[in-house]
Formats: sequence, structure tokens, C-alpha cells
Amino acid sequence: MSATAESVQERRAALKGLGTSRKRVEDARFTQGKGNYVDDIKLPDMLFGDFVRSQHAHARVKSIDTSAAMELPGVIAVLTAKDLEPLNLHWMPTLAGDKQMVLADGKVLFQGQEIAFVIAEDRYIAADAVDLVKVEFEELPVLVDPFKAELPDAPILREDIADEKEGAHGARRHPNHIFTWEQGDKAATESVLSEADVVAEEMVYYHRTHPCPMETCGSVASMDKVNGKLTLWGTFQAPHVVRTVASLLSGIAEHNIRVVSPDIGGGFGNKVGVYPGYVCSIVASIVTGKPVKWVEDRMENLSATAFARDYWMQGKIAATKDGKITGLWCHTTADHGAFDACADPTKYPAGFMSICTGSYDIPTAYLAVDGIYTNKAPGGVAYRCSFRVTEAAYFIERMIEVLAIKLNMDAAELRAKNFIRKDQFPYQSALGWEYDSGDYHTAWEKALESVGYSKLREEQAQRVEDFKAGKTRKLMGIGLCHFTEIVGAGPVKNCDILGMGMFDSCEIRIHPTGSALARLGTISQGQGHATTFAQILATEIGISADDITIEEGDTDTAPYGLGTYGSRSTPVAGAATAMAGRKIRAKAQMIAAYLLEVHDNDIEWEVDRFVVKGAPEKFKTMKEIAYASYNQAIPGVEPGLEAVSYYDPPNMTYPFGAYVCVMDVDVDTGVSDIRQFYALDDCGTRINPMIIEGQVHGGLTEALAIALGQEIAYDELGNIKTGTLMDFFIPTSWETPNYETDFTETPSPHHPIGAKGVGESPNVGGVPAFSNAINDAFRAFGLTHTHMPHDHWRIWKTANELGLHADS
Amino acid sequence: MITGNFEYHQPGSIPEAVALLSKLGDDARVIAGGHSLIPTMKLRLAMPEHLIDLQAVKELKKISVSGGEICIGAMTTQAELIASDELHKAAPIVRETSLQIADPQVRYMGTIGGNVANGDPGNDMPALMQCLNANFTLSGPDGERTVNAREFYEAAYFTARDDLEILTEIRFPTCTGGYAYEKQKRKIGDYATAAAAVLLTKSGDSCESASIALTNLADTPVYCEEASQQLVSNGLGDDSVKSAVASAMGQIDPVDDNRGPAEFKRHAAAIILRKAIQQAWARA
Ligand SMILES: Cc1cc2nc3c(=O)[nH]c(=O)nc-3n(C[C@H](O)[C@H](O)[C@H](O)COP(=O)(O)OP(=O)(O)OC[C@H]3O[C@@H](n4cnc5c(N)ncnc54)[C@H](O)[C@@H]3O)c2cc1C
Repeated sequence: MSATAESVQERRAALKGLGTSRKRVEDARFTQGKGNYVDDIKLPDMLFGDFVRSQHAHARVKSIDTSAAMELPGVIAVLTAKDLEPLNLHWMPTLAGDKQMVLADGKVLFQGQEIAFVIAEDRYIAADAVDLVKVEFEELPVLVDPFKAELPDAPILREDIADEKEGAHGARRHPNHIFTWEQGDKAATESVLSEADVVAEEMVYYHRTHPCPMETCGSVASMDKVNGKLTLWGTFQAPHVVRTVASLLSGIAEHNIRVVSPDIGGGFGNKVGVYPGYVCSIVASIVTGKPVKWVEDRMENLSATAFARDYWMQGKIAATKDGKITGLWCHTTADHGAFDACADPTKYPAGFMSICTGSYDIPTAYLAVDGIYTNKAPGGVAYRCSFRVTEAAYFIERMIEVLAIKLNMDAAELRAKNFIRKDQFPYQSALGWEYDSGDYHTAWEKALESVGYSKLREEQAQRVEDFKAGKTRKLMGIGLCHFTEIVGAGPVKNCDILGMGMFDSCEIRIHPTGSALARLGTISQGQGHATTFAQILATEIGISADDITIEEGDTDTAPYGLGTYGSRSTPVAGAATAMAGRKIRAKAQMIAAYLLEVHDNDIEWEVDRFVVKGAPEKFKTMKEIAYASYNQAIPGVEPGLEAVSYYDPPNMTYPFGAYVCVMDVDVDTGVSDIRQFYALDDCGTRINPMIIEGQVHGGLTEALAIALGQEIAYDELGNIKTGTLMDFFIPTSWETPNYETDFTETPSPHHPIGAKGVGESPNVGGVPAFSNAINDAFRAFGLTHTHMPHDHWRIWKTANELGLHADS
Repeated sequence: MITGNFEYHQPGSIPEAVALLSKLGDDARVIAGGHSLIPTMKLRLAMPEHLIDLQAVKELKKISVSGGEICIGAMTTQAELIASDELHKAAPIVRETSLQIADPQVRYMGTIGGNVANGDPGNDMPALMQCLNANFTLSGPDGERTVNAREFYEAAYFTARDDLEILTEIRFPTCTGGYAYEKQKRKIGDYATAAAAVLLTKSGDSCESASIALTNLADTPVYCEEASQQLVSNGLGDDSVKSAVASAMGQIDPVDDNRGPAEFKRHAAAIILRKAIQQAWARA
């Protein structure tokens, strides 16, 4: 008996399925520099494109003189809006229902905007030619402050739609206003606020930053004029969507377009949108009949491709005297830059910002978001978060702290008092979401206990004493965060992008010898899909993960899917994978029953085989079944063993976590030092603990960057001040602290394997934890809130304004 | 991020390099490690038509210590400065400073000559050289001359070096006593928000000699002669240090930038300098 039990265990371990810390199969090639990225693609006769960009943030383009550039040997063509206009490609639709200039059409609206596209024999000639294009500008007044957008003297940015009173998301009240989006019950919330014991108010700014993936954006377009087929390789987080959009824009039939995302060197939302470079490389290839490559440099990436955040969130939170939250009100001013190019599901112009009630049982809430045009780069992508979820989490986790100060209460206790209880799930939030599952109190208690919370508070109190006594110049901050994410977009009835429903897909082919190929509609950018999706499948179909190849990213071979962002791959494509695996297993069961000469119902699944009930020695392994499926005539069963699943999730998933950050903050130099960082994540069923840990480390480090220094800053003329990595903060190992990771496991009830997604949780939860630690360090000295990024000088300024430099 | 076109030259000796530079004149630039020059060329802020690469000039790569004097060839890399135990014994502040420049990759390429000749107020070596009272040897069409580091820097990117001269070597006395190079920066690979180089010698309880210089707090490095003198005259008591720091702060003229407003830099500079003085005194 024990021998069989052991062998079941051994067989299960051999599958390397769910729960195994399997090493990433991708890493063998990445660590040897053998990846194949867009810039590695080299085709015969390939040409190179490069942009002439605007140095002005707002100007009329009086003339463009390309003659000197055209004379440079090796220059093939210089495209301007005039050349694209006959093709109707001088503008393109954005993902948010707006349109964006591909090349400047009469004016420029942000520094770095694309004006002309030079096509040359190599990238060096192209760069020289860019310098030779002469553009005559007439400078216009610049709008950088969204709060000034509707003042009487504000310049009108989008003259193309200045008179349009209706935008893609409803009424517009001013030419510089894009939309107002409202959720919740305004009147009820206002009445709760007016009657509340306590109301805390704060303006919480989540500054503009940028995903800054290691690989910048780029594409290679190759139009084969003989067979009429366009092949487009590019840095695409959603290759199938790109194919459809390319077909709609260019008029080339969709079956004649093949889009390939090769290895992608990080995306973090930056590679979801469609950029002028992609369009120009396609047009250039059509015009020249040769392959054309466009790859942006770092400064172009930071200044012209999609930014993230830039939300001014005015908040009010109401509570009873003893700390029971009764209402939440939020008005957000969203700076969208020159074009509304947010990557959000169509019906959600502010993404899932309405998850801003967080982990708390808040009975009444209201949210309004105003989208505003400014003379800044377009974007507004989900930088390692589901659509605007990091903004929402930052907002509520700051408001909780602000309320705790107002109530003179411990912020951990205030949270615990207001968490949605385990027995309240599925929980209907005041802003319209149905939270699938959670056990916040257990996670919270585990976190507080693990860090020794009450001891830390004692130490902090002592530190304040020592500081006041002149014994130290360093304060101590304890940053708390309990976040709830909403990921896995999403149900097709609610979520689409440009009309395309946000399902995802998996297609499985079992080979006769019992190995398998699975293709998905998603695309990894470093998340390790080839590793984890094989694990999901291994557990479902009893074939070792090592014998399963995962393919994504080639629209000619992969099934249609909406791509990878917003932590949606595991919740949606992962579910499709499990469902397709189950179809395989159902067919395998019929075959096994036939082979074992019993009825279908007389056999049961055991790890990697079907076993006759009550006769464990009679079984057929999946390997045997696979062989038979191809080579044996089975009455009533088609040959082969393949399955496809298109999965439309019934709901989002709601991962959550409890983070604690302990910092020392030097009030004189503004230098902060992270002493401890504890991160408990609950992402439901854990597919690969090692990959989860890696995702958490990476996400926390990006969160640290954002909270402590990373920003896209503009001066009053709209010049970008942080356009290089000297000023745009990317932490190295030196700046990165040690992370302690931990977990609880609350499966999603509606997901086939209970998984919720984890890639973005650490960024969503990390930012408030770091920021709360800085804010908390100064709480004893009267600070309620100070804006990110908390770099040295801003911390110093906070200390200075609190009078902490009086005698230094 | 692609440079303009240029001709590349690789002379094998100092006279050959000097002759080339004289011949090509204004259109030419000397290139050492390239880690300041190439970024400016990629931004096309500099578009020299000729680059004279000094890497094949063997006599520019050396570190020697003799008779109380240290001599370092201009093409010695920051990594080589760090690796030399002989140099570390003779002037430990050089390793301490070098280790705070950029990151290991930059330091394998960046040279001491390029760092001091560049004239960027953000570079760390110029203040160090002023603190060490170094002399720079310049070779030009009219022969060789020496300029003291404290007289070398005129304004950002303007130095006493004539366009046709090459910096060949750097000489300074060996150090005794205490030393410190303190630098505040935003991250690894960043230039200083504020940095201070301090050398102190002690005799009994009193300060025998002092030398202070500051980085990135004005458009040139700032040699603080008066502050140094005050420490010698008044010792290292709290009040004396305070007034020396105040004197040094009187000499700086920081500008607002992404590292913060001038007001913050003044505050941070005072803290950094005080720390450096205390550290140097503790080591003296
Ligand atoms: C990411 C990064 C971070 C950095 N951080 C720091 C830092 O924290 N602190 C710091 O001090 N530096 C820093 N640097 C600069 C680095 O130290 C450079 O290497 C150094 O400033 C220049 O040395 P180089 O040998 O590279 O000179 P090059 O770049 O080759 O030359 C610099 C200038 O000096 C001239 N020049 C060079 N050698 C001579 C010579 N022998 N005679 C006459 N003229 C000459 C050149 O013509 C050029 O104008 C950083 C650089 C990078 C890329």
C-alpha cells in the first residue's frame, strides 16, 4: 500500500506541475545572451527608420524642409504627415477612443513628438539625416498644469476636436477636457460626509512616471509585394490586437498580416499601445518594398512612448469616532498628455480606479475622474499594475493613514477594524465590484506578527524621544499597506479593447509519443510563461512540464488572445490552459476506457493515468493514450488528441497582500534607508513559488523606484527634465533592500485552478508601503501627507517645513 | 543617440599626439576613456571631426611613488587607481574617492586624466586634486608646463589647458594623516549632490595642516583655503568646525537641478563636509 502511495507522489513530482519551484526554462537562453529580440532581427536589404522629433512642447509647424536630408547618400525617403495623409495614416486611433498624430499634422503638442520619419540604408545615415531636416516652428503657449487647463487664458491644445462636445467617454465641457467618469452614489456619499463624526481630507498625487523596460520599443515591417503579405515583428504585449488594428488601419486583409512578438525585454505596460514608429515602419516598407526597422533609443522611450500614472486624487474619508469608515469620496484630475492614449478597457476610461475602496468594507462611496489634455507625452498605461489599480491602492492606503492621524489611532488597528471579513465574500463593493475571495484578517495578523509590529512601534517611540533629545538625526518610519488588486480583465461583457473582447485562449496538441505543444494568445515579457503554463498543463493532463512546449506571440500560429498586461495571463489564459487540458483529459478518458475495455465511468484519473476503479493494476498512462489516439481505430472517436479553449472569465480575480516596510530617514540629508521589507502575497493557488518570489522581488523594486525617486518631470515650458537614466531613477542591486516574502493561499472560487495572478501585486502594494514609511517617520512631528517621489531633497524639504532643521 | 561622423586617430607617443592635435586644431578632440566625451557626442552636443585616442600612448599609463611624490599618468583608469596598493599606501584618499565614482563598468574605462581635464563640476577628481595640491603636466606645441589644480579650473568646461595641449601626468605629495572623501548621491552611478575631500594632519591634539575641497557645489571645484586655515588655527572643537564649515559654505554657489534646489544642497553640503572633517580627524 505504502509503495503505491509513494509512487503516486513520485509520479506527481515528476510532472513538475502546480506548486513546483521549477526553474525557468527561458533562462538558459536569456542568461547566455541567446534571446531573440526585435533588434536582433536582421533581414536582407533591411532599411532603418529614425524620427525627427519636436524640441517644443507646443508649436505650430510652419514648414518642414527635407531637401538637405534627401541629398545625403544612403537616404531613401523622408516621410511627413503630407505623405501619410493620402493613406489616411497621418493620424491613428488610440486604445482609448481618441486619435493621435502619427506625424505632426500642422502642430506639435509635446516635446519629443514625431515630425518626420527618415528612411535610410543604415541607422547611422538615418541619424545624420534627422539632423539635416529643417523644421520651422512658431511657438505657442504651453499647458503643463492640468489645473490650469480650463482657465480663460489656457491655450487650446487639440484644435482638431476643439468644437466636439462629445468624446469617446461622454460629454466634454472644454476643449482641453477629455471626459468625466463617475462611479458610485454622489448624493449619498456627500450626505455621509456631512453627517460623519470625523472626515479626513487630503490631495494625494501619484506623479508621472514611466515603465522604462530594459528593451525599448521597436518594430520590423516587411511587406512582400509578390504575395501581398505583411510581416510585422515588434515589441507588442498584445500581438493579435496589433494585427487587427493594423488590418483596420491599412486595409490589408487580416489573413495577409502576420504579427510576431519575439522575445520581449520587459513591457510593464509600455508595450501595450500602438506607436507612430510601428505605423511608419509599415508604411515605409510598403513604400520601399523593403523591410524597415525602427528601434527607439532610451531618451525617445522615456520622452515619447507611454508614461504611467499622473493622477491628482482629492480624497475625503468619513468615519465614526471609534474608527469605523462610513464613506469615501474621490475626485481625480488625470493628466493624460496631448492625446488620450490610455490603455484601458473601453468602458473604463479611468481603468479600474473604482477599486479605490481597497480592502475595506466601505458602505458608501463616490469617484469622479476628469481626464485633461496637457502638452506632455501621451500614455497613461498600467505600469506593472492592472488598469489604474496602483493609483487606487495608493490613494486608499494613504487616506487610511491620514484618517488614522485624524483619529489619533494606530493605522494597523484602523485597517483591521475596517477589513472586509472573510464571511462577507463574495463581496459587493460600493463602487460596483464583486470581490471573489479573501481572508484579510488572517494575512494582516500574520504580517504584523512576523515583523513584531508592537516592538517596532515601541522602538519608533523611543527614536522620537532620542531625536527630541538631540541624540540622533534619524527618524524611523513604519510603512503599512494592505492592498486588494483587481486583475484578469476580463469578462467580455464588461471588458473590451477597441471592441475586442478580453477573453484569452489556449490550443493544445498532444504528440503521438506523449509530449505536447500548447499555444496561447498571451505573450511573455519576462514573466516565465513557458515555465508556468506548462506546469498548469502538466497537472491537468499528466504529462511532465518538461515535455510541454509553450508557444506564444506569432499570430499565424497562436490562437487569438488579448495579450499580456494587467496581470491577466494567469487568470485568463491560465484558465484557458486548464480548460483545454480538461478537454484533452475528457477525450483521453474515452480512449482509456476503450483500451481497458470498461465503461467510461469505471475509470478514474490519477496523476498521469486513468485507473480502473478498484483495480489499481489496470491503467493506461496519458502517454499510452496519446499513442493510441493517433494509431488505433477507436469506434466513435476521431483520431488525434487536440483541444482549444477560449476562456471568457466570469469575473475578475482579486489578489491581495499585506506589506510592511521599516525605514530610517535622515532628516538632514534626506537619505532614507530601508531596514526591513516584509511582503505577504495571496495570489490564490500558487503555480510556481520561485517565479512568484521573483515577480515579487522585481515588482517591489519597481515600486521602490517609483516611491523614492523615479519620475517624468517637466519644466513650465514642457521640457522633459528626466529624459535619461542619469535622472530617471532605476535602482541597482545597491539601492535594493532585502525582501522577506511570505504568503497565504485563498483560491479564487471561479478560476479553474483557483489562481489569481501575482505579477503586479508587488508594485500595487509596494508603492504605498514605501511611501507610508516616509510619511509615518514624520507623523510624530505633525505631518499628515507629503507627495512622492520621496527623493533626498523632497524628504529634506518635508523636514525643513516641519522645523526639524532649526538648530542644525 | 548616434554620434556625428568623425575621423579616428591613434597616436603611439606623446609627441605624436601633440603634433596631431596641433595639426588638426579646433576640429579635434582627445579621447581617453570616452565616458564623458562619448555621451556628449551621442547627444550631438559635441561633434568633433577628429578623435585622437590616447589609449596606445603607453607612457600615459603609470603610477609611481618615489621621494614623497606620486606621479600618475593621465590614461590610468579609475579601476587601476583603486587596484594599486602602492598608491593606496601613499594616498588612501584616492581609492576612497575613486570607489565613489559611477560604477565598476564606468571605472574600467574612465581615466584620471579625462576626469580632471573634462572640467565638469560634477566630476569627483578635480576637488580631490585641489585637496591634494596636485600639479598637472600639460604638453603642447610650445613644450611642457605645469599648472596647479587650484588654478586650473576657470568655469564649467573651461580650464587653464590650452586646446592644443594634452594633459600627460599628475603629481602630488604623498599623504600622511587623516583623510576622507564623503559624497552624497541619489544612486550608484550618479554625480554628487554634494561631496567633500578633506586631508588633515595631527600633532598631539592640534591640527597641523588641513586641506578641504568640494565637488559639484559651484561651476568649478571649490578649494576652501580659509576653512582649511581655520582648522589649523582653531583646532577641531565643535565651534571651530562649525565656523570652518560656515566659511566653506560662503564659497559655494550651487544651482537648482534634479538633485534639488540650491538651498537643500547648501544644507547637505554642510552636513557632508562636517562628516568628512570628523572622519578625517578620527583617522589622523
Ligand atoms: C554613468 C556614468 C556615471 C558617472 N559618474 C561619475 C561620477 O560619479 N563621478 C565622476 O567623477 N565621474 C563620473 N562619470 C564620468 C567618468 O568618470 C568619466 O570617465 C570621466 O569624467 C572622464 O574620463 P574619460 O577617461 O572617460 O575621459 P573622456 O570622456 O575620454 O574625455 C573627457 C574630456 O577630457 C578630455 N581629455 C581626456 N583626456 C585628456 C588628456 N589626457 N588631455 C587633455 N584632454 C583630455 C577629452 O577631450 C574630453 O573633453 C560618470 C560617467 C558615466 C557614463
